Amino acid sequence: MNKSLSFFRSTPVLPGFGTSFGFSTLYISLVILLPVSALFIYVGGMSWSQYWLAITDARVVQSYKVTIGGAFWSTVIVTAIGFLLAWIVSRYDFPGRRLIDALVDLPFALPTSVAGITLSALFVPSGWLGRWFDAAGIKIAYAFPGIVVAMIFTSLPFVVRSLQPVLEDMEPELEEAATMLGASKWQTFWRVVLPTLVPALITGSSQAFIRSLGEFGAVIMMAGNIPFKTEVTSLMLFVRMEEYNYPAAAAIASVVLLASLLLLFLLHVVESRILHRT
Amino acid sequence: MARAHKSPREFHQWLLIGLGILLAVLLLVVPLVLIFTEALGGGLRLLWQNLNQDYMLSAIRLTVLATVVTVPVNLVFGILLAWCVTRYDFVGRRLLVTLVEIPYATSPVVAGFCYLVVYGVEGFVGKHFYAHGIQLMFAWPGIVMVTVFVTAPYVARLLMPLMVKQGSEEEIAALSLGASGWQLFRHVTLPNIKWALLYGAVITNARAVGEFGAVAVVSGTIMNQTLTLPLLVEQLNNDYQTAAAFTAAALLACMALITLALKTTMEWRQQRREEAVLAEDGAA
Repeated sequence: MNKSLSFFRSTPVLPGFGTSFGFSTLYISLVILLPVSALFIYVGGMSWSQYWLAITDARVVQSYKVTIGGAFWSTVIVTAIGFLLAWIVSRYDFPGRRLIDALVDLPFALPTSVAGITLSALFVPSGWLGRWFDAAGIKIAYAFPGIVVAMIFTSLPFVVRSLQPVLEDMEPELEEAATMLGASKWQTFWRVVLPTLVPALITGSSQAFIRSLGEFGAVIMMAGNIPFKTEVTSLMLFVRMEEYNYPAAAAIASVVLLASLLLLFLLHVVESRILHRT
Repeated sequence: MARAHKSPREFHQWLLIGLGILLAVLLLVVPLVLIFTEALGGGLRLLWQNLNQDYMLSAIRLTVLATVVTVPVNLVFGILLAWCVTRYDFVGRRLLVTLVEIPYATSPVVAGFCYLVVYGVEGFVGKHFYAHGIQLMFAWPGIVMVTVFVTAPYVARLLMPLMVKQGSEEEIAALSLGASGWQLFRHVTLPNIKWALLYGAVITNARAVGEFGAVAVVSGTIMNQTLTLPLLVEQLNNDYQTAAAFTAAALLACMALITLALKTTMEWRQQRREEAVLAEDGAA
């Protein structure tokens, strides 16, 4: 059989290829590809200088910095918190373990605007948590830290759920062997446990990062949205749209879309590299 | 073999657990308590009044409509795509798997804007509809369309790894025994994937009910007409109607809690089934 020239790499046995392939490709084309490529066609109709002006506007550039900065800090913090939660839930038995395990998915199930209104009510200076920070002179709601808190909340499940299966499948014998060979607790953690977690850590924190870059609902209700200070890029796109400046909005949208597709692609490459190596 | 949960013995283990519980309480439990405290703060009568407002009822109707359309459509798509990419090997298979992840990585606001470009009154598809008096964007069809986009990957992503793991031997056996395509699916494939399918429906439902960014772009935020519950939360909050905003938020939080309860129950069921299979294998 000449495999390289045929469409099928192996002869189909089961029925239903036509239906499933036809429907899936049609659906992907109409629902996903058409709108996404329409954006690029629309942007293609703009002149280069018009495009460049829209995406390098000072207020927009500042919003890139705020978004990337917020996503960076929230990813660092949420990776630490997520690691701790995944670690205790998958290794120890303590009262409330199952409850925490179930609640970790709350940020995923809770609509982002509900997260936004709740977090801002919690972190305003008179709020249940905000008053403690206010006493210390730290402003969280309606300032940059508010963006970080909102992003931490919405991306928590991604880190925990990537690490948990790996932690649960880890062979206790491995650590026992390390201890028997004379490794201290820290050495065992750094040299035996942590290296096996690296792929899951990369996956989890990059998903958290991608999610945080695009987060809108929770962030705008926490940020205060002060121009040049706490506007994220998604909001800038929204602002341009409400000004009926569609070309500028499309230009910003294309930057965000390209960045997220690039990150998705990079993540795939990194993941397959790591998978092939081990 | 999965590891057994040990009881913590040493001081530093208790410290870690304490810190973890504290963070979980602050991040996950306190927000939930706040939502229900605020919603019930004005008493049950006020809650009932807020729930019976026209805007609340119309938001509930619109949210239910978007969900009722989205979930079945994406279930069918998820099954067909997962079947297609796990039961056949063809050129472009990996491409399909990657393309379906686009909505997952796309910022919802960008997604909404893309739909506006195509289906808006001046968009190259939307203008034909508009010529026939049908307005898609800033109306309910647009809300349904972007919700379908945003939730498209979930069912397929859940089914694909499961169907790869299960393999197609049982289906081929059924085929050689003379089963038709539909019988094959109904009696062999469906029983194997039904829990994952249900789980996918629950997740898709939660995301469809809660979608904010994409819907905000195409909704036009017209009170009583194009506000879904998550949009209503924001709108009421901006108007300083905090009690009403938290009433809508509490409704959505109830939905989230039901989602978590269903998910946890299904995971335990799955775990017990796997343990039973392992025990059977061990006995054989």
